[in-house]
Amino acid sequence: MSARSSSPASVSARDRLGDVVFRRLAIIAGVVILVALAAVAIFLIAQSIPAFLADPADLRGEPESFWHYVAPLAFGTVWAAALALLMAIPLSIGIALFISHYAPRRLAQPLGYIVDLLAAVPSVVYGLWGITVLAPSAVPLYIWLTENLGSIPLFAPPASGTGRTVLTVAIVLAVMVLPIITALCREVFVQTPVLHEEAAYALGATRWEMIRMTVFPYARSGIVSASMLGLGRALGETMAVAMVLSPSAIISLAILTPENPSTIAANIALNFPESAGLQVNALIATGLILFVITLVVNSIARAIVSRHERALESR
Amino acid sequence: MLDSRTALSALALSLVLGVSGCAVNELDREILPGTLVGTLDGAGSSAQSAAQEAWIATAQNANGGLTINYEPSGSGAGREAFLAGGVDYAGSDSALSTDELAGDFGACVEGTTGIDLPLYISPLAIIFNIDGVDRLQLDAATTAAIFRGDITRWNDPAVAALNPDAQLPAATITAVHRSDASGTTKNFTDYLAQAAPEVWQADAGDSWPYGGESAQGNSGVVNAVANGLNTIGYADASRAGDLGIAALQVGEEFVEFTPEAAAAVVERSPFEEGRAENDLAITLDRTITDPGTYPLVLVSYVIACQQYRDAETAELVRGYLSFVASPEGQAVSAEFAGSAPLSDGLAARVLDAIGSIR
Amino acid sequence: MTTTAQRTSALPNAYTSGRLPRWFAPTLFGATLVVGLGVIALLASSGALPEFSIVLAVLVGVVLYAVLITVIANAAEGRRAATDRLVTSLVITAFVVALLPLISLLWTVTSNGLARFDITFFTHSMRSVIGEGGGALHAIVGTLIITALATVIAVPVGLLTAIYLVEYGRGRLARAITFFVDVMTGIPSIVAGLFAYALFALIFGEGVRMGFAGSVALAVLMVPVVVRSSEEMLKLVPDELREASYALGVPKWRTIARVVLPTAGAGIVTGITLAIARVIGETAPLLIVAGFTSSMNYNPFSERMQSLPVFVYTQYANPGSQVDFYLERAWAGALTLILLVMALNLIARLITRIFAPRARR
Repeated sequence: MSARSSSPASVSARDRLGDVVFRRLAIIAGVVILVALAAVAIFLIAQSIPAFLADPADLRGEPESFWHYVAPLAFGTVWAAALALLMAIPLSIGIALFISHYAPRRLAQPLGYIVDLLAAVPSVVYGLWGITVLAPSAVPLYIWLTENLGSIPLFAPPASGTGRTVLTVAIVLAVMVLPIITALCREVFVQTPVLHEEAAYALGATRWEMIRMTVFPYARSGIVSASMLGLGRALGETMAVAMVLSPSAIISLAILTPENPSTIAANIALNFPESAGLQVNALIATGLILFVITLVVNSIARAIVSRHERALESR
Repeated sequence: MLDSRTALSALALSLVLGVSGCAVNELDREILPGTLVGTLDGAGSSAQSAAQEAWIATAQNANGGLTINYEPSGSGAGREAFLAGGVDYAGSDSALSTDELAGDFGACVEGTTGIDLPLYISPLAIIFNIDGVDRLQLDAATTAAIFRGDITRWNDPAVAALNPDAQLPAATITAVHRSDASGTTKNFTDYLAQAAPEVWQADAGDSWPYGGESAQGNSGVVNAVANGLNTIGYADASRAGDLGIAALQVGEEFVEFTPEAAAAVVERSPFEEGRAENDLAITLDRTITDPGTYPLVLVSYVIACQQYRDAETAELVRGYLSFVASPEGQAVSAEFAGSAPLSDGLAARVLDAIGSIR
Repeated sequence: MTTTAQRTSALPNAYTSGRLPRWFAPTLFGATLVVGLGVIALLASSGALPEFSIVLAVLVGVVLYAVLITVIANAAEGRRAATDRLVTSLVITAFVVALLPLISLLWTVTSNGLARFDITFFTHSMRSVIGEGGGALHAIVGTLIITALATVIAVPVGLLTAIYLVEYGRGRLARAITFFVDVMTGIPSIVAGLFAYALFALIFGEGVRMGFAGSVALAVLMVPVVVRSSEEMLKLVPDELREASYALGVPKWRTIARVVLPTAGAGIVTGITLAIARVIGETAPLLIVAGFTSSMNYNPFSERMQSLPVFVYTQYANPGSQVDFYLERAWAGALTLILLVMALNLIARLITRIFAPRARR
């Protein structure tokens, strides 16, 4: 944030005290968050150490090492989230544009509310919907895709007979992150200066040309932040993925087969109930890996956003 | 403006009224008779969940002052909580391991250990959903080959030889296993490893050793088999619903599961050796060839202390578990959870062990 | 919003000539929809498709429209206008595609949930219930208490942090907070639950279960959402307002409390409700720390406390032999949860409307 004007020169003692107290409170709140996050990190690390040191034969599935155990999970986590965002981002931008620039104003607010509603649906319900409605109805499409486009690695056969593939999971995740991305994009699109828009129209631009010339440049960093928030949700989603996915300990790019890479969060949910001793430590260690993945992803996002902001300022 | 404020307060008021009242079915708690008074906490096996619910409801209805909470958090989590002293008893699909027995038990008197009490026997069913087939006969070797992915089509000669009368389609088999670690998987793989060792080379374990299609929990597998194409899976027999259940070859005959046949296998299996007198861990013998038995069964234990630190807890546990092991208790779980009642011989042995809890 | 409206004039001029009449696009859209329905119905009746699908029909119609309007506009209006028409149809398609899962979801939950959406469901707990009957009052009460406590923890911390970031924050601490709040959004809910359990086990000993521990886990998940949304809303308050207040000699803390917060109040409330909506449906952490019970419990500081998501999940995952009763309860619970969040959203919107300074014109 830019620097605010400094406090006025003469203030009463009570007000000065109020200022000090208020400022302290605000700082304390911020520090509390940092402390909480540090506590989470310490907890994760302390609980993970036994798993890193353990004999891999004691881990579930007897992998060669802990890293062999976690690699397919880390891949699956990023893969499913990436597929979900690939679907969700263009759709969200479309919806946000529809609400901010295309729908009649009277309609725009209720429409926004309807999309916000999607954010309110609990993940268990997404899971139930995914296995009872989405997965069964997707099976014929998956079979058709593997039979006709099977030479593309993505659609490599065999097709799943139940529809519980990583693509189905990605669709569910996409529907889950859609409202988050849409809401933020909408806010940014609406803030486009009206003067810029009118200037574009005055030059004879069509609506699409106006959006390309004024709305998108203004909103680009906002779209990136929104996408990254959505990515955070997609990376960490637990229950819906656990309920919908048919996982295996493999790394594969095929998105329609019965054997799919699992995600870290879902794997914890699936194995935690039956785990004891070292197996619990191993699961928490995968949680630490997810934490690190999130950290890296967010650093990249921050870097992109700040570079873009600098580029805008230097223009 | 006034309208929206009125609406707001009306909404708040109705919300407060709605949730501040006691639940109707809990109003008569104090007036019910009964000798057991207090609270017991249990945790563990989700396979036992429905049975525990039924036992708890019946026990609570007979004892107004009794409250039992059972958390279906999973066998491993339940045993961990019991070892740490977080719960009074655990439900577990596998008996305490030797490592666990060597360690400390938080709820028990120091130096004493927990005991395994087999109280829940549940037949597992191989469920299928195949176009035009309503009766399927399988032996262990063919089942193992199907679930390993060696047999991929329903009209495979091996399957056809076992089902001469069935119209098997030339469709791909979708074999669904559990994606979560579970006692159901452990017992199913134990059956395959014991009865078809030449095909199923992996050890019994609560995680699936091979690849293939999977779904979470009994509910997930049943759902996947019911909604999928030409599917087969395994689940608690009580959950099969309208799905077809395969008959298993035992000896020379094909046996459909019955509670009696399932209990018979448990009755004839030996207790695990080298354990304390009242620690009734059972080593299931699934190679029995007597057609009166059904070897695909899950035995789930209640794990309690031999000696509790707290005498009142011991009395509650003894009272509650005696009811569970009694014919009435076993009948309740058979009706509402689809379990197989303990055979008389085993029930007597378990009741003895429960009576020894102090 | 439509630009054509501004350009319509009595005289035909350069801007309106060579444009398709205004009725053309909607009519074409209706026509392609009908064609889509017809094609799919024909395919379904001829056996080429297993069954009639309204979703497929609408999709065929929409795609047909996008192609036709682009081709026609390209011929009649030129390339630029054709691109504009294409994008418009794509944007509308995106919206329709997003609505499909929402409608399907709401339909599934409502049609399955209404079977047990009765008085018993809201007046009974599951204590001593086997098979049929029973209700979710204990879970509803638990969810309300746990979520309320989580809000009480998360909102002051989150709001004050947002104030710090916008009004005071500069330098390394502010940058660190901003970065780590982003990292916090990625904590998986189950890890938050395990963390809360470890924390409370440290204080109260092993096996601790209480509603409040669940609140702490949920608060960890809520804080980043509250900080982010409040921060955005505070940033939107014009600096002129602050400067006017300072000019009148009002100290900074009073300016924030009396000028900045009320101005951003409506947006902040909306943000908080979204944060609540985000956590109220969490299953995994509550299953670990708040536990599972079928009896009523009003005390969040002792003993197990049931919550709606856990209720829904366990009813679905561990039914007895009479599966239907359990599934009906699960769906009714899911419907209740969605209605609860909808009600929260509506209340937030009401509050926004009542207290927004700009509404009092």
